Amino acid sequence: MSSTTTQIPAAIPPKREITTKPRFSDRVFRGVVTSGGLSSLVILGLILIFLLFNGYNTLKTQGLHFLTSSNWQAAINDSGQIDPKNSHFGIAAMLIGTMVVAVIAVVIGVPISVGAAIYLTFYAPEAVKKVMVSAIDLMAAFPSVLFGLWGFFVLEASGEYWAKLLSKYFSWIPFFKLPAPYVTRSPFIAGLVLAVMIIPIVTSISREIFSQTPLDRMQAAYALGGTRFAMLRAVAFPYARSGIVGGIMLGLGRAMGETVAVYTVLNIVYQVNWHILFSAGGNVASMILLKFGEASPYEIKALMAAGLVLFILTLIVNSLANLIVSRTGKSGR
Amino acid sequence: MSTIEKVPTPPPRKPWAPTPIDRAKTAGILAAAIIVSLAVLFVTPLSGKLAFAAVFFVAYLSIDFVVSFAKAGRAAAVDSVFRGLVTTAIAIAVMPIISILVTVWVRGHHGLHWTLFTKDMHSNSFTDPVGQGGLLHAIIGTFLLVFVAMIISVPIGILTALYLTEVRGRFTRPIEFLVQAMSGVPSIVAGLFIYAAILIPFTKTVNGIQGSLALAILMIPTVARTSQEVLKLIPEDLREAGVALGGTQWRSVALVVVPAARSGLITAMILGVARVAGETAPILLLTGGSGTKNYNVFSGSLGSLPNYVWQAFSAGTPESITRAWAGILVLLVIVVILFTAARVLGNRKVGKK
Repeated sequence: MSSTTTQIPAAIPPKREITTKPRFSDRVFRGVVTSGGLSSLVILGLILIFLLFNGYNTLKTQGLHFLTSSNWQAAINDSGQIDPKNSHFGIAAMLIGTMVVAVIAVVIGVPISVGAAIYLTFYAPEAVKKVMVSAIDLMAAFPSVLFGLWGFFVLEASGEYWAKLLSKYFSWIPFFKLPAPYVTRSPFIAGLVLAVMIIPIVTSISREIFSQTPLDRMQAAYALGGTRFAMLRAVAFPYARSGIVGGIMLGLGRAMGETVAVYTVLNIVYQVNWHILFSAGGNVASMILLKFGEASPYEIKALMAAGLVLFILTLIVNSLANLIVSRTGKSGR
Repeated sequence: MSTIEKVPTPPPRKPWAPTPIDRAKTAGILAAAIIVSLAVLFVTPLSGKLAFAAVFFVAYLSIDFVVSFAKAGRAAAVDSVFRGLVTTAIAIAVMPIISILVTVWVRGHHGLHWTLFTKDMHSNSFTDPVGQGGLLHAIIGTFLLVFVAMIISVPIGILTALYLTEVRGRFTRPIEFLVQAMSGVPSIVAGLFIYAAILIPFTKTVNGIQGSLALAILMIPTVARTSQEVLKLIPEDLREAGVALGGTQWRSVALVVVPAARSGLITAMILGVARVAGETAPILLLTGGSGTKNYNVFSGSLGSLPNYVWQAFSAGTPESITRAWAGILVLLVIVVILFTAARVLGNRKVGKK
């Protein structure tokens, strides 16, 4: 090999180096892109660290009571200073309230969203589908303060009417009992607003999953003489089931973290309230907003701890949801 | 040859499309359901639009069931009832959108006037008559907040998407997972984080950049995920062609892949902006709500549209609430314009310049 090269005159360019080693420019490129890619890890990590750092003191002094008690009181002693001994911070009422409104939202919003997704995927004419999909996607971009105002001024009125109806005919169900005849700004109405807010996300995820239903199986079902419903039951539902569960959990996560809309429509009262039609409730996010305005630095640390709990809770729900969603499509019958 | 051409082609048949008889039947069932529900409302003590809707829903489904059952048996009956159910679902899903748009227009358009776009609130309060003052300061503030958030989040979001689609290193799966997890971070938590990380230790006061940082956190996942979807659609051939021509990966990404995906990446950016333009909770914690024009993001309280709406709503008088709806109307128009722009750009074929 080397002997032949020496005989040939130098007109031929030198041998090119063939290598799999990335060039310098590529190494820089990969380095920059990787560090950009890791930013989500860094940001989530920083959120966790800073909230923990600020909320640690409260979590330490309150211990488990932070999650189990419903007493929120920043005591001030005689000299006007914060009195850590007598201050109590517990978010149980708000945690329960968060779950209550989020669950109401899911119970009302999910059947509507999944039904809408089925209609859009399997029934709608192309033109109708385009318009409706755009409209529902647009709704996802509506500001939450708009949902809040709409809930307060428009939905409130009909919501109250439904609440009265429910309490009249279903008060034998413990949840629908009214301890006092006040139905304005109840968790039920907050749940309705949140249901409207999660419709876009649950619809679009369900639609995406239904649209992946294998065509051959659908055609097989039709070829066997099935009606459209028979096809849906035999093919689409089993295929999409776990993905829909994931979509529901994403909706739940969204509903749990909503702040402004809940703050606007809900009468935030610091007590555990299981009566969804009664005018008292709250959720962690709106409580943080409510207390933040006049909070002392000491109380703000407690709010940071509440934020930490909310962050971890939504992170868990969302992660589970994403795991479930990403697994569908690969499984199925 | 010519004989074959003379054979008339039968019109294409669409056995699944409804025949005139089907349409007449549907119209008949609808009419029957309306009559039945009116009759029920007339006879029983039920009254009102809601009762009508409920009775109509039940009546329609049962008449539909009976008719289909008589015609084609149980399977067909269940099928057509299910169709009725999902049609109702989409109707209910679209109803709030219509209601919201109509409400915003009906309640907000009284508050619209020219000074809205030429004046700020420095010498007016929210309870003044609607014609006084304006929200120029809020529009400027929102623009600045979102613009700075965009400058921060778009590079990070696109880099994340490039990592997921081009570099595909060993962190691909975890990062994909984390980006999705990040899209679920509640906005109030993003606000608290910036409060804890920047406001408490450093600035100790409100300013615009803090709001922008919080918005950027909320914007990154939207930008990253949309960009990733777009970059996935770029054909592998383009990348291979770039490398085969002797380009390094850096050059083939920068000169081939990214330009091919340009309109999609702009769509991602716009969707991110639309996502955060109306974000309220972090703004309330971090930026303050000044009523005067402030062009400096780095110092001083910065008013913004969500904050204006919030303050006007909280003031609680009829004038201020009209102001709040007018503010929402302006905000909504901005969001709709952005969204439409994203749609128009996004519908273009990927890869076309």
